[in-house]
Amino acid sequence: MRTSSIHRLGPFAAAAAALAALAVSTVATAQEVNVYSYREPDLITPMLDAFKAKTGIKVRFIYAKEGLIERMAAEGRNSPADVLLTNEFGLLSEAKSKGVTSPVTSAAIESVLPASLRDPEGHWFGLTRRARIVYASKERVGQDAITYEELADPKWKGKICIRSGQHTYNISLIASMIAHHGEEKAEAWLKGLKDNLARKPAGGDREAVRDVKAGLCDLAVGNTYYMGAMLKNPEQAAWAEAVKILFPNAADRGTHVNISGMAMAANAPNRENAQKLMEFLVAPEAQAMYAEVNNEYPAAEGVKASALVESWGSLKPDPLALSKIAELRKKASELVDKVKFDLGPGS
Amino acid sequence: MTELSPGPSLRPELKDVVRRLGGVPERVLVWRARRRASPGWTATVAAIVAVMLMPVAAIFWISLAPSGDAWSHLVATVLPEALVTTLLLAIGVGILTLVTGTAAAWLVTMYRFPFRGAVDRLLVIPLAMPSYITAYCYVDLLDFAGPVQTALRGLFGWTSPADYWFPDIRSTGGAVFVLGSVLYPYVYLTARASFVQQSVCALEVARTLGRTPMGTFWSVALPLARPALAAGVSLVLMESLNDLGAVQHLGVQTLTASIYATWLQRSNIVGAAQLAAVMMICVTAVIVIERLARREAMSHHTTGRYRSIPFQDIEGWRGYAAAALSVLPFVGGFGIPLVILLDNAATHHDRFLSLDFLSASLNSLMLGVLAAIAAVVIALFLAYARRVAGNGFIRPAVRAAGLGYALPGTVLAIGLIVPLSGLDNWVDGLVREHFGVSTGLILSGSLAALTLAYVIRFLAVALGGIDAGMDRISPNLDAAARSLGETALSALKRVHLPLLVPALGSAALLVFVDTMKELPATLLLRPFDFDTLATYVYGLAALEQFEEATPGALAIVVVGLVPVLLLHQAVAGGRAGHRGE
Repeated sequence: MRTSSIHRLGPFAAAAAALAALAVSTVATAQEVNVYSYREPDLITPMLDAFKAKTGIKVRFIYAKEGLIERMAAEGRNSPADVLLTNEFGLLSEAKSKGVTSPVTSAAIESVLPASLRDPEGHWFGLTRRARIVYASKERVGQDAITYEELADPKWKGKICIRSGQHTYNISLIASMIAHHGEEKAEAWLKGLKDNLARKPAGGDREAVRDVKAGLCDLAVGNTYYMGAMLKNPEQAAWAEAVKILFPNAADRGTHVNISGMAMAANAPNRENAQKLMEFLVAPEAQAMYAEVNNEYPAAEGVKASALVESWGSLKPDPLALSKIAELRKKASELVDKVKFDLGPGS
Repeated sequence: MTELSPGPSLRPELKDVVRRLGGVPERVLVWRARRRASPGWTATVAAIVAVMLMPVAAIFWISLAPSGDAWSHLVATVLPEALVTTLLLAIGVGILTLVTGTAAAWLVTMYRFPFRGAVDRLLVIPLAMPSYITAYCYVDLLDFAGPVQTALRGLFGWTSPADYWFPDIRSTGGAVFVLGSVLYPYVYLTARASFVQQSVCALEVARTLGRTPMGTFWSVALPLARPALAAGVSLVLMESLNDLGAVQHLGVQTLTASIYATWLQRSNIVGAAQLAAVMMICVTAVIVIERLARREAMSHHTTGRYRSIPFQDIEGWRGYAAAALSVLPFVGGFGIPLVILLDNAATHHDRFLSLDFLSASLNSLMLGVLAAIAAVVIALFLAYARRVAGNGFIRPAVRAAGLGYALPGTVLAIGLIVPLSGLDNWVDGLVREHFGVSTGLILSGSLAALTLAYVIRFLAVALGGIDAGMDRISPNLDAAARSLGETALSALKRVHLPLLVPALGSAALLVFVDTMKELPATLLLRPFDFDTLATYVYGLAALEQFEEATPGALAIVVVGLVPVLLLHQAVAGGRAGHRGE
C-alpha cells in the first residue's frame, strides 16, 4: 500500500518540480512589467509603446472594466500584476483598502506631482486630471457660467442630459456635492437634477452631447476630454461643434475634478521595472502625450494642457481632497438609489 | 396522461392514441426500476458537476459573510422596482421568444410557401449578433437624435420632444424587444428540431380523428414539443437575467444593475454576491417548477415509422404574406442592426486591416472550438448518465450543472478566479515547502481557465439541446441494445451517438457562437495581451466610439454566421430516416 502511494506521488512530484522550474525561469529572465488596467487600451498604449521604445522593457497588458482588484486580491502573493492603472480615483482608494497595493518612495514622482494628487503613504498617485463640466448648446443657452447647484433649478426642467447616476464619474460628482453641502441638501439637489432631466440617464457622455445637438436637451454633463475626442471623430465633430464648455462653479469653489492614476501592486514581481514605468509616466514626455493625445489635464506640475484644452478656458479645480470623495462614494451611490435617479424624470 | 393535456373535448380514441404515442410503456418503467447503476456513474457525475458549479459555490460562499446595510438600503430604495422590472423583462422576453420562435418553427416545418428554405436559414442568423451590439444599434436608430425621429421631425415640422410622442427605446419594453429579437432563435431552433423529429403518424392520427390542422398543433405537436420549448425558453430567460451590456445601455434597472452598483459603487462585494445568490435561487425555482409541472412526461414517440412531412402549400399572395411574416423576426434581430453596422463600418474600414484584429479573430475561433468540444463532451456524458443511471442524486445534479449560465459574466468570472487562484496558491505553497521553488499561478490567468469559464457558462446551452435530443430517443432502444449484450458505454457509442449527431452538432455550434460573443468573463479572465473579437470591439465601444468598433462587431457577426448556417443544416437535416430536405 505504502509503496504504491509513493509511486503514485512520484510522477506528480516530478511534474510539479518541472513546472516550478519553468515558472521560475520565466520570471527570472524576462525584462517586463505587467499592467492591470481599468483604462481602455487605446488611451494608454501610446505611452506604453513609448516606454518600451525608451527602456526596452516589455509591457504586458490586461484591460478589464470591472473586477481587476478582486482578481489581484484572489491571486494573492503570486499575482503577476506589477501596477494597476485606473480611470478614476475611487478605484485607487478601493485598491489600497483591499490591500493589493504597496507604497512607493520615489523622488522623481514626489518632485513633480503636487501632494494633493498623491497618497500620503505613497500607495497611489494621479497621472492625469479631468473636469466634470457642462456642455451647453451654443444655440439655445445664452449664459457663459454655471454652477452644479444651478442644475437643479427648475428653469432647466426637461433640458438636461446625463449618463447613469451609478456611473463612477457621476458618483464622484455627487460625493463632492455631499462633501460641500451635507447629505440632506445633496439629496434635494439630486432630486432636482433628476426632475430636470430630458430623458432617462443612460448611455455615455458623448451621447448626451449628441442629444444636445439634436435638440433633446440644452445641457449635457460630461468629462472634458470627450470634447477633444469628439472633435477628432468624423461623425461626432458636429456634435462637439454644437456645444460650448462651461466650467461649473468657476466663480466660487471651482470645478469637480477626478484623476486617472496608478498604484504599485502589493506583490509586484517586477518591482524595479514597475517603478521605472511609474517614473516614466509622470515625466514630461509622457505627460505631454497624455495632454496631446487624450486631451486630459496633465498631473505633473510644469506640463501644459494641449492648446485645444487651453482654448476652453482655464480650469479652477475644486480643492476638495480626493480622499473625502472616496469616503463619500457609498453615500452618493445610496442617494442615487434613494431618489431613484436612474429611473429617470417623472418616476 | 394529463401531462399531455389533450383537453376535455378530446375524443376517447384520440386520448388513447396520444397516450400510446407519448406515454411510457409499462415494461420500460419496470425495466428502469429494476436496473441498478454502478456507483462509478454517480462519482463521475459528482466530480464533473462539482467543477461546473465551482463559481456558483464560490458566490454562495462569498455571500455568507455579513453584508452590512446592503439589504436594508436596497429594500428601502430600488429593490422593489428592480424586481418588478426584472420580472417584466423575463416574462416579456419569454413570451416574445416563445411565440415568435414556436410560430415561425411550425410555419416553416409544416407549410410550403415561397422562399421557405431561405427564411428557414435566415431565422437562425440573429444568434450571431451580440445583444449589447443590437442594443447600441437600436438606440442609435430610434432615440431622439437618431435618423427615424429626425426624419419624423423634418416631415411634420416638430422641433422639441414635447411636440410628439414616440416610444422610448430606453425602457423595459425596448429591452424586451431588443433581447427578444436576438434571443428568439434559441426557441426557434429547439422547436424546429422537435417538430422535425415528431412522427408524422402522430399528427396524422390526430387529423384522421377529426382534428383541424390548428387543433393538431395545439393538442399533439405542442405538448410533444413542450420539453424542447421549455429548454429553449429557459436558455432565453437565463440569458436575459445575466445580461448587463444591453440592459445597461438601455437604462433598464434590473437586478443585475443593482448587483453591479452594490459591488462597484458601494464596494460591497458580499452584498452583490448575496443578490446574485438570490437570483440563482429564483432561477432554480422556476426551472424546478416547470419540471414538476411536467413530471416525468415522456415526449418521445414509440413508433419507428418516419415519412416525409406532407407539407401544406400556401399559395398565391398568402404564400408571400407567410414568407414576409415569418422573415420579420430576422429583420428585427439582424437585418436592421446590420444595416446600421454597415453604415457605420463604411467610414471606419481601416480597423479591419490591423494585425491585432486578425489575431483577435484567430483567438476567438480557437476558444470557440475548444469550448464547443469540451462543453459537448461534458453535456453528452451528463445527459447520458442521467438517462442510464439517473438516481436521486444524478438527476438533480445534472439539472444543476448548467446553473452558471444565469450568473452575470463578471460575477461568474470572480466566482472562478477565487477558487482557481486559491488552488494555485495552495499548490504553490506545497511545492515551495517541499522543493523550495515557486510554481506561481498555473491556472489563474491561463487559457485553460478561460476555456473552463466558457464551458461552465455555456454548459446549459449544450445540455439543453443534447438532453432534448436524448429524450426523443425511445428508451425501448436502450432496452433492446442492453438485452442484446451491449454495455451502457457501447450502447452510447453504437445506438445513441448516431441518433444524436444533429443534436450534438447544434449544441456545439450554439456554444461556439456564444463563446464568440462572450464579453465580461473574457475581459476579466484573459491572459496578458490577449484579445478576442468581443474584447477588441469592447475596448473601442467602451471609449464611446461605437462607430470605430463596428468593423469588429461585423466580424463577430460574420465569423458567427457560418456556424449558424451549419447549425441550421444540422437541425433541418435532423429527421430520422430522412437526410436533408
